[in-house]
Amino acid sequence: MSEAWEAIYNWFDAILDFLPELPVGTWIEDFVDWLRGAEFAGLIFGGIRGAVGWTTELFDGFFSLIPPVLFILILTVLSYLLVRKSGKYGLPILVFFGLLFIESIGYWDDLILTLSLVITATLISVIIGIPVGIWMAQSDLVRNIVTPILDFMQTMPAFVYLIPAVAFFSIGIVPGVIASVIFAMPPTVRFTNLGIRQVPSEIIEASDAFGSTSKQKLFKVQLPMAKVTMMAGVNQTIMLALSMVVIAAMIGTDGIGRQVYYAVGRNDMAMGFEAGISLVILAIILDRLTQALNPASRKA
Amino acid sequence: MAKIEVRNLSKIFGKRPKPALEMLREKRSKDEILKETGLTVGVNRATFDVEEGEVFVIMGLSGSGKSTLVRLLNRLIDPTDGQIQLDGDDLAKMDKQALNEVRRKKMSMVFQKFGLFPFRTILQNVEYGLEIQGMEKAERKKKATESLALVGLKGYEDQYPDQLSGGMQQRVGLARALANDPDILLMDEAFSALDPLIRKDMQDELLDLQVTMQKTIVFITHDLDEALRIGDRIMIMKDGAIVQIGTPEDILMNPADEYVRRFVEDVDRSKVYTAENIMIRPETINGEKDGARVALKRMRDANISSIYVVNRSRQLQGIVHAADIAEAVKNDERDIRPYIQTDVPTCEKTMPMHDLFDLTSTSSVPIAVVGENNKLEGIVIRSQILAALSGKEVNIVE
Repeated sequence: MSEAWEAIYNWFDAILDFLPELPVGTWIEDFVDWLRGAEFAGLIFGGIRGAVGWTTELFDGFFSLIPPVLFILILTVLSYLLVRKSGKYGLPILVFFGLLFIESIGYWDDLILTLSLVITATLISVIIGIPVGIWMAQSDLVRNIVTPILDFMQTMPAFVYLIPAVAFFSIGIVPGVIASVIFAMPPTVRFTNLGIRQVPSEIIEASDAFGSTSKQKLFKVQLPMAKVTMMAGVNQTIMLALSMVVIAAMIGTDGIGRQVYYAVGRNDMAMGFEAGISLVILAIILDRLTQALNPASRKA
Repeated sequence: MAKIEVRNLSKIFGKRPKPALEMLREKRSKDEILKETGLTVGVNRATFDVEEGEVFVIMGLSGSGKSTLVRLLNRLIDPTDGQIQLDGDDLAKMDKQALNEVRRKKMSMVFQKFGLFPFRTILQNVEYGLEIQGMEKAERKKKATESLALVGLKGYEDQYPDQLSGGMQQRVGLARALANDPDILLMDEAFSALDPLIRKDMQDELLDLQVTMQKTIVFITHDLDEALRIGDRIMIMKDGAIVQIGTPEDILMNPADEYVRRFVEDVDRSKVYTAENIMIRPETINGEKDGARVALKRMRDANISSIYVVNRSRQLQGIVHAADIAEAVKNDERDIRPYIQTDVPTCEKTMPMHDLFDLTSTSSVPIAVVGENNKLEGIVIRSQILAALSGKEVNIVE
């Protein structure tokens, strides 16, 4: 029995000899090398590098100007104003004590940088993602092309993005932001598309029946109707960007992620826990803040 | 010329509709076409006119193509073939810009599920059509406020749609459609989502508004009662094709085919109700006691042109006409009895409404309902029959 099976196994195995081994890895490598060498690519990547770096430093520089205590107070008051109507006073309390805690354990500067990275990555994701999402919603062809790309972007292990990011943007903050954008953008695109497609057909018909142009329909009906869903996508994007910013510490991106990365390397329990809990606090604050920004939707 | 002239309007759903159009021309059925080509016929070579200022009801069951047809009229769905003449222009061939102009100025639509914008206040909803025309804020606010007042929603301007009941939401839908001051109102099952009592109120209100507005209204419904109540003319559709066009009376009395007959029978009250259910208390005059002047005054007060004459025990004597009595008054005669005409249509309380049709159609005076000893019990007038047919309350008899 087993001998017979072995014969069958070998027979099938022999088929493999006819199959060429596809050098996919080499192809990608060749492509990346070509792109790095091309002159136009150099200009583009240089431009992106400059713009991303400048934006991040702008936020970081601005936030650093504000004394931590004042910063905490401002954020607390802002979040209080946000929740005043809904009466969920947990948020301002969380903001106040959470940020105070991070400051007290000495991670303030890292926090500010991480926050700047997340804001920059989110901003870029939204600027690119929302128009793509709108386009996807308006054309089935575009949707059919973009959806698999988004699937690819989201399922590829996040670490893999670090490699081309370094190849094109070397190490530091910029490749970290770029990798975060690639990893974090899909939810914004998807939710924008979904939000617009979910607008009830009667409401679209109503808008058409009164003679709206497509632009009027988009800005006066579709986007306001999709807003709640789109905000949920942006919320997801922020959370993903935050998680990626930590991973990006592996390619030299500063911030709280760097501390986590060091702590793992040195097996430093104390440092790992402090940095980790700071990240958790930041994540919760960002999440709740963006949710509070999103008012409950009105039903048709 | 009619306001809207629709000629051979067809809609085929699916790709490459040419062969299906050809089959429609050969008068093949919807089922055959689906079987042979896989294409669905939405509307099958519809030809009809809608006159200016009339309420034109398009009626059919679900799947009959009525909702598709109304959407072809403002091109929410593009027709496959045919013409839609509106004030001499063919809507079916218009480019986008011209079409938008028509939608902004000439026709508005009211939707079954209201189609209100939930994130806009009531006022902003009503303003929408004006806003996209680029009308100035103050002016459109003024117009929208007027429109809201017209439908009885003054004071609700700053509420949101989800704060209003279904009936009120549809008033907003109506106000929004009226704000543009269109010639034509397309109403797609506008009252079907409302519960029966509210629905009746809305129907009455629409008719009241129509008296002053005189819009051309195309009203879609699946409900025969509603069609009979509000329609000047009714068009019945089946499988995308027109089965019959006619006045409510036409439809009820001369159904074009078995389909319409069954439709009408489903709600055929004429076989259930009798004269007793629909008769009303008559104005009468006592021939033994009252004189010509009293008779004339009574007719004038009640706004009628003839009055039944009874004796002291309310036995029917006959009828007198205003013209004759006026003559009598002029000649200074008091007694009306010489003017009584005894040849009046009568029936018994138990006569089915169905049989009353013939009587009313040949008689110019109300039918006298008489009981024992020729006693006058009531009268039946034509509008009473139609009202009963269209679902208005009738007298309940124990």
